Amino acid sequence: MSTATATKVSAAPPRSALTPPRRRSKRMRHRATSTALTIFTWIVTLGFFFPVAWMVFTAFKTEAAAATKTPTIFTALSLDRFAEVLDRGFGVYLLNSLTASVMSTVIVLLLAIPAAYGLSIRPIIKSTDALFFFISTRFMPIAAAIIPIYLLLQSFGALDNISALSILYVGMNLPLAVWMMRSFFSEVPLEIVEAAQIDGANFFTELVRVVMPIVAPGIAAAALICFIFAWNEYFLASLLTSTMARTTPPFLGSFVDGRGQFLAVLSAASTLAVLPVVLAGWLAQKRLVTGLAMGAIK
Amino acid sequence: MTAPDLIRTVAEPEDQAPAASRTTRRRPPKPELSGGQKKALRLARALVWPAIVVAILVTQIPFLVTIYYSFQRWNLMRPGSRGFAGFDNYVTVFTGGAFMQSLAATVVITGSSIVLSVLFGLGIALLLNRKFFGQGLARTLVITPFLMMPAAAALIFKWSMLDANVGMVNWGLSVLGVDPVQWNTDFPALTVIMVLTWQYTPFMMLILLAGLQSQSKETLEAASVDGAGPIRSFVHMTLPHLRQYIELAVLLGGIMLLQVFDPIAIMTRGTGGTKTLSYLLYERAFVGLEIGEAAAYGVITVLLTIIVASVALRLLFKIFSSEGAKS
Amino acid sequence: MKRFEMTKSYSMKKRLVLRAVAFSSVGVLLAGCTGAGGGTQQADGPVTLTLATVNNPQMKDMEELKGAFEDSHPDISVNFVAMEENDLRDAVTKDVATQGGQYDIVTVGSYEVPIWGQNDWLVDLGPLAEADTAYNVDDLLPPVRDALTVDDSLYAVPFYGESSFLMYNKDMFAAAGLEMPTNPTWDEVAGFARTLKTDDAAGICLRGKPGWGELFAPLTTVVQTFGGSWFDEDWNAEVNSPEFTEAVKFYTDLVNDAGEADPVSTGFTECLNLFSQGNAAMWYDATSAAGPLEAEGSAVAGKVGYVHAPVKETAESGWLWAWNLAIPNTSKNQDAAWQFVSWATSTEYIDLVGTTLGWERVPPGSRTSTYENENYLAAASSFAPITKDIMLAVNPTQPGVNPQPWVGIQYVTVPEFQDLGNQVSQDIADVFAGRDTVENVLDKGQELAQQAGDAQK
Repeated sequence: MSTATATKVSAAPPRSALTPPRRRSKRMRHRATSTALTIFTWIVTLGFFFPVAWMVFTAFKTEAAAATKTPTIFTALSLDRFAEVLDRGFGVYLLNSLTASVMSTVIVLLLAIPAAYGLSIRPIIKSTDALFFFISTRFMPIAAAIIPIYLLLQSFGALDNISALSILYVGMNLPLAVWMMRSFFSEVPLEIVEAAQIDGANFFTELVRVVMPIVAPGIAAAALICFIFAWNEYFLASLLTSTMARTTPPFLGSFVDGRGQFLAVLSAASTLAVLPVVLAGWLAQKRLVTGLAMGAIK
Repeated sequence: MTAPDLIRTVAEPEDQAPAASRTTRRRPPKPELSGGQKKALRLARALVWPAIVVAILVTQIPFLVTIYYSFQRWNLMRPGSRGFAGFDNYVTVFTGGAFMQSLAATVVITGSSIVLSVLFGLGIALLLNRKFFGQGLARTLVITPFLMMPAAAALIFKWSMLDANVGMVNWGLSVLGVDPVQWNTDFPALTVIMVLTWQYTPFMMLILLAGLQSQSKETLEAASVDGAGPIRSFVHMTLPHLRQYIELAVLLGGIMLLQVFDPIAIMTRGTGGTKTLSYLLYERAFVGLEIGEAAAYGVITVLLTIIVASVALRLLFKIFSSEGAKS
Repeated sequence: MKRFEMTKSYSMKKRLVLRAVAFSSVGVLLAGCTGAGGGTQQADGPVTLTLATVNNPQMKDMEELKGAFEDSHPDISVNFVAMEENDLRDAVTKDVATQGGQYDIVTVGSYEVPIWGQNDWLVDLGPLAEADTAYNVDDLLPPVRDALTVDDSLYAVPFYGESSFLMYNKDMFAAAGLEMPTNPTWDEVAGFARTLKTDDAAGICLRGKPGWGELFAPLTTVVQTFGGSWFDEDWNAEVNSPEFTEAVKFYTDLVNDAGEADPVSTGFTECLNLFSQGNAAMWYDATSAAGPLEAEGSAVAGKVGYVHAPVKETAESGWLWAWNLAIPNTSKNQDAAWQFVSWATSTEYIDLVGTTLGWERVPPGSRTSTYENENYLAAASSFAPITKDIMLAVNPTQPGVNPQPWVGIQYVTVPEFQDLGNQVSQDIADVFAGRDTVENVLDKGQELAQQAGDAQK
């Protein structure tokens, strides 16, 4: 398709008779447009980032300064709100979130790496059907199964249990992980695998020594995305946990306080809650791009 | 696709294996290796099995139980009244009217969030795909909304951005001379769409930017030397190139947005055309406490989703195979 | 030969990998099962109680003071799960109804207690309370205690009780030269609100947030004093009756003309914020709001006037409500739970709040002795006497013009009511926004209500 259009474009009448003075003024105009575009880009960027920036800024204000009709810009800033958040036992909830995210991501990787390997390097019949199945489980509205899940967990005494929550997150993230990793595994050149086989390398060493280094960036990307989804999950966490295993997202709502102003403390709690994932995402944004875009397309 | 289908698929009889290997791209026919190939196939299946078993246990079994519950008369507040209900719950679902409204809400909210975030995502991707001062930093800042915890994003939008009294959006409008807007009362669906668009634009942007960066510079330069203006080369060259990236972005975004729950639970609680299927299911189960009715809603929703998913996935695997053929 | 070796090692490794995968998942499952116990399932030794509560000011105070209890009961620690009112209802109801056993103590409204008590979901606290002479169960405010008693079993004890009244900002009324009567009518109040409404201040704050416990608490009392009701004496739904319709029209028009901005976002919490910062001239809501309004940090402390709930056809129109502490039957720590419950609802606790946090923050409306306490009466002179008067004056058996087949003012004591109230209030959100008409919404509500009514016949 793109080749066809390219021919069409190149078929347009050539106009290469530009005189030097015209080219110069064009370049100046070009520079002006470029500056304007850059400024515009920054306005859009900052506009997009504004809610996050405002949240962080509000977190440092006093409650009175946070909730004014006209925004307060020049005001005393302090860490008191963060101290208040941690005083309310926020650390426990962050720890629960971390446990659920790490535990589920590790299990997902343990299951998805062999599965993706099996699905890609040695294509089995209708491997797309298996893939189809995995990805279709991700389409299923989890809300439709929440009653059985709830009653099942309750009968095992596994409500408000971080391991049970993690296993549900495994179910949630496994499809995406298998699907993303499969395409990374199919990146491995066939020759490398065959060379390893001829060398007598067995399956396990083949996987660890030859294939893993090639797909490691892809695995890291998939792991990062699984981690983000688990860390941010709200629906299951809010319905299936109460205190011991309550994770950060459902706990945030409790900072909405009937006793008075709460905007600053809510902002501080939200800032702490999003910080780990935002930092990880910033640092690994190249991975993020690979993970998302490489899923189906090279 | 149901679990039994899948089991059949994976446990395909071995005698079909050589046929498969002939048709696959990566394994040109090598008859002398067929014994090893059989072993390889068996291994491949063994590798896939654990993941499939877990996926079935965690995601499919609860659905089977949902089907069972959907034929029960079971209100949690009346523990003595449980019993077999036949198709009563399905009659309630189809005569109640809540389902169609909820379906419409889901289509409107998911659809407009996807369209808006793809459009904004494309715009921002184009802006970021040039060399300019602070390019890396700008991209870093733009992707942040996607990393935000949805619950935090919804809370911050509700209380800090869209609040009628102290919200920044109304303040910004007042600077422009616009009267304060009662966001949650007058435009509940729009508030949800705003938050979702804000969160998913960076996601779309990342995929589309990858698409833009994979476009060869030489072709574009050649076109510009040939006198094709930026708009023309965008329409005739960039857009066709981006098509499969857009399809992928829409599909992945759709998977996640179809299940959206957090902003609705936190911001609007299902008022004013924001009661999506996820929220309806939650409400029937945990507010109505009608387990049977909620399960019937669930079964219908799953059936609908399967139809949508099959169409969407056909598209996805078309992307897969067309790319495969090219490389 | 080589091929053979290769395949053999393949299958060996395959088994290893499988086993590793299986082991790790079993390991996690096991970890899950042992982890489930935690502190909540052990009968002796240190006990951790989980308390689900609503994030109202009085509950926040309880959380702040729980250290005093834990100091005197070193073996017991109490974990608070505070939620918004709607979330609390959903969470606690699903847990108790499915015998989930996540909570040792639940905060339950007067509406749920009789229904749950009949389903045998709550521990009968009567014998425990009577055995404890220091607890003085007869001191509990009679109308509140009656609402919590089913067939002589006391299924919950009140943490604080409330009725509803009209609060007004005296400064704004003085500035406008208006005077508030002690027993205002809704027509007078609507007139005041429309006069006092400015760009910066609402004439009146009335709840609009969906939820039977949010919007429908004040709205049902308005319906009743307008002569309407949810059901007639024979459980026939009356939701689209002329009286009900007129009341809802009156309420939504008043809010849209002279009420707060963004009513659908506005519940008790939001009104409290608005009124306590001097951004509303009047507020019709729970009597328990007076405590936080007079406390430190409120911009209107000392400037608030309190009068009876506005009326139309009836003599009195306040609601009757209590937030109560109850122990689900599924709790494994019922003894420890009772120790905390009896402490938190005791006169000792009321004294503790008074001496450490200030007497105006004492949880009101639970005990007769609170209204005989000199310190409390001195600190709460502006609202304590009127609160007690209203609470003893309202009539939960017939709050409206006509007799009704249930006991309760701003709610109907049937299980279906929370779903019914919830759905109708969501539709009324469309009326606030002008997307739907009152008639239309109430016709839909009538159908739902009739289904609930039929279940009672």
